[in-house]
Amino acid sequence: MFEATDPNAIQLTPDGQLRHFLTIEGLPRELLTEILDTADSFVDMSQQQVKKVPLLRGKTVANLFFENSTRTLSTFELAAKRLSADVLNLNINTSSTKKGETLKDTLMTLEAMHSDMFVVRHADSGAAHFIAQHVTPNVAVINAGDGRHAHPTQAMLDMLTIRRHKGAFEPLTVAIVGDILHSRVARSQIHALRTLGVGEIRVIAPKTLLPRHIEALGVKVYTEMTPGLRDVDVIMMLRLQKERMQSALLPNESEFYKLYGLNRDKLAYAKPDAVVMHPGPINRGVEIESEVADGPRSLILDQVTNGIAVRMAVMSKAMSGQLSQREELIQEEQA
Amino acid sequence: MNIVIQGGRVIDPTQHWDEVADLYVQDGTIVALGQAPEEFVADEVIDARDQVVCPGLIDLCTNLREPGFTQKGTIASETAAAVAGGITTLVVTPDTRPIVETAAVAELIQDRAADLGFARVLPMGALTQGLAGEQLAPLHGLASSGCVAFTNMRNAIHNSQTLLRCLEYAATHDLLVVFQAQDNALAGNGCMHDDTTSTRLGLVGIPETAETIEVSRCLLLVEQTGVRAHFGQLSCERSVRLIEAARERGLQVTADVTIQNLLLTDECVNGFNSAYHLQPPLRSPLDRAGLRQGLVTGTITAICSDHQPHDPIAKQAPFAATEPGMSGLETLLPLSLSLVEQQLIELPQLIETLTAAPARILDIDAGTLEIGSQADICIFDPAAEWTLTPEALRSAGKNTPFLGQTLKGQVNATLMDGRIVFRR
Repeated sequence: MFEATDPNAIQLTPDGQLRHFLTIEGLPRELLTEILDTADSFVDMSQQQVKKVPLLRGKTVANLFFENSTRTLSTFELAAKRLSADVLNLNINTSSTKKGETLKDTLMTLEAMHSDMFVVRHADSGAAHFIAQHVTPNVAVINAGDGRHAHPTQAMLDMLTIRRHKGAFEPLTVAIVGDILHSRVARSQIHALRTLGVGEIRVIAPKTLLPRHIEALGVKVYTEMTPGLRDVDVIMMLRLQKERMQSALLPNESEFYKLYGLNRDKLAYAKPDAVVMHPGPINRGVEIESEVADGPRSLILDQVTNGIAVRMAVMSKAMSGQLSQREELIQEEQA
Repeated sequence: MNIVIQGGRVIDPTQHWDEVADLYVQDGTIVALGQAPEEFVADEVIDARDQVVCPGLIDLCTNLREPGFTQKGTIASETAAAVAGGITTLVVTPDTRPIVETAAVAELIQDRAADLGFARVLPMGALTQGLAGEQLAPLHGLASSGCVAFTNMRNAIHNSQTLLRCLEYAATHDLLVVFQAQDNALAGNGCMHDDTTSTRLGLVGIPETAETIEVSRCLLLVEQTGVRAHFGQLSCERSVRLIEAARERGLQVTADVTIQNLLLTDECVNGFNSAYHLQPPLRSPLDRAGLRQGLVTGTITAICSDHQPHDPIAKQAPFAATEPGMSGLETLLPLSLSLVEQQLIELPQLIETLTAAPARILDIDAGTLEIGSQADICIFDPAAEWTLTPEALRSAGKNTPFLGQTLKGQVNATLMDGRIVFRR
């Protein structure tokens, strides 16, 4: 009695195709693998002379960024253009909502422009779910980061990067290091790593930067780098926002760097072939030492390249799920 | 006006009544049970066969929204909703605009409700001016103007010295203080219970210590001052135990709980449905079990709706950006009846938590069918099933997570002061 329904059902069509991409949580392993396979083919394509495919020709993708992000916005823009879509970039000042225009009003205005896909970044957790629930069924919603909740394309590009370097997921031990509490990236990474069957997932952070009961997501919690990094295959660093020092979460940057910054000494605890990742932009000397960030074990630039391919894969999959649903709706109307 | 309520199952815990009998009302007063008084001629006959006849319900926490927020609800819409839910007495919060900190506002609310004539409205006054937690509100004057209790709501009085003085002053005049315990620094900008679900959803959590620390601090100062104190809308199992321990030490403190906290848990927030954005937040299954246990053992004596009607816009945003609270007047009784269905408590005991117990907490003459008392009566069909739709709600607030659910138990008639104020 009085229980809620499956919250993530919204992102799949009745026959299990992707129609929105809001969170990794709840998606089947096969679907994640399909996205990675498709993305793999786009990585190869990006090395060719002609980098475009016509998968989204005639479609309009609106990038709705309620929170500034040059990097994510440009990779989504490039991904959409390589799929031959028309792209509309909107940096929506969140203060316009304070002037009385609600998010719903904004959406209705944008719907009137007949976009086929919204790529959404918003400071509130659940914003992408909200938008998916309130737009017409003809618009696919891709979550480009919502609050602390999810950043599923970032996690998928990380998975692609891992797979291209390590092959199988099962034997791996992966450590996620830094500000887990505020990180949508970490949450999506954890869901993706679990779904893809990674052997062991660790998080390493001081208690002030760990959300309550994070272990319930299927991770081992470490508060120190030395045991946490021992024998890991993959180290995923997180970005630390400077404002964390002002709220008694951390004393200062240098203490954080000393304890949790990744330098060559700490990297030595990991396996000899361990790789290092970071979603960027990097704070050198806060989360990571330059020699590590630029070193042979760093995959940070691969992540950027893979990011475009993964976003192409997710956009093309969601659009095809969306189109098959539209056809069903048309058939239903005719019947 | 003479009314006879015929053939209903009359339940009144204060009189130890639970029998099928006729109930007689004359000129606003209950005059007889079973046998008609001599020369009684009924002007109106209410057929109550297969129905329960009990005292009109008393809701310890309702936000009326008027004055100040009439886009969310008005005294007219919400008191009409109350009687449709069998509630004849509403204790209303002081967070209107202007705040209930002057006799004028307290009187305005009561006058408007009296003119409308649906439900009895008993205002709570602000404990401090502007609910700001700094200067005492004129408690004695407000009490003279009809305020039955004083609260600072969820704006905990940060300065313990100020809180101590507020309690001492209230104790001086033997006034009831109601705590909606929450440490604001710990609650921060949280929007749900701090636990695995908030971690997964990336929503900022309100830890249970936000409530338990404030309950502890208040209990210690209640003990020091001897003030009459009530804790409203407990949400944590540990709060129940703190109250229990205080009562065992001899403190005369009381507590209530919302029906939603007895039925739902934080897992409902999965999917970011803003209807579940509530304050106090829905907590863990363990907390829910503790609250239910508290009700059974009598540490918690009353159930309330914590009615917070909203306009649709208030709930149409990403979860954390929505306003907390649910519209609850019309679902208080049917949802509470599900506790009987679940065999947590017996029907007479449930009715006590909705009638006599809140009357005792407030120390008011209500919540009884005793011969000679004012005829506030609720008549409901415990077996009637109905679907909760926005159209079925008389409240201006359609914000309830129970929309679309089939509820069991429906009010068919409500009498206030011997007048039929609602009839289906």
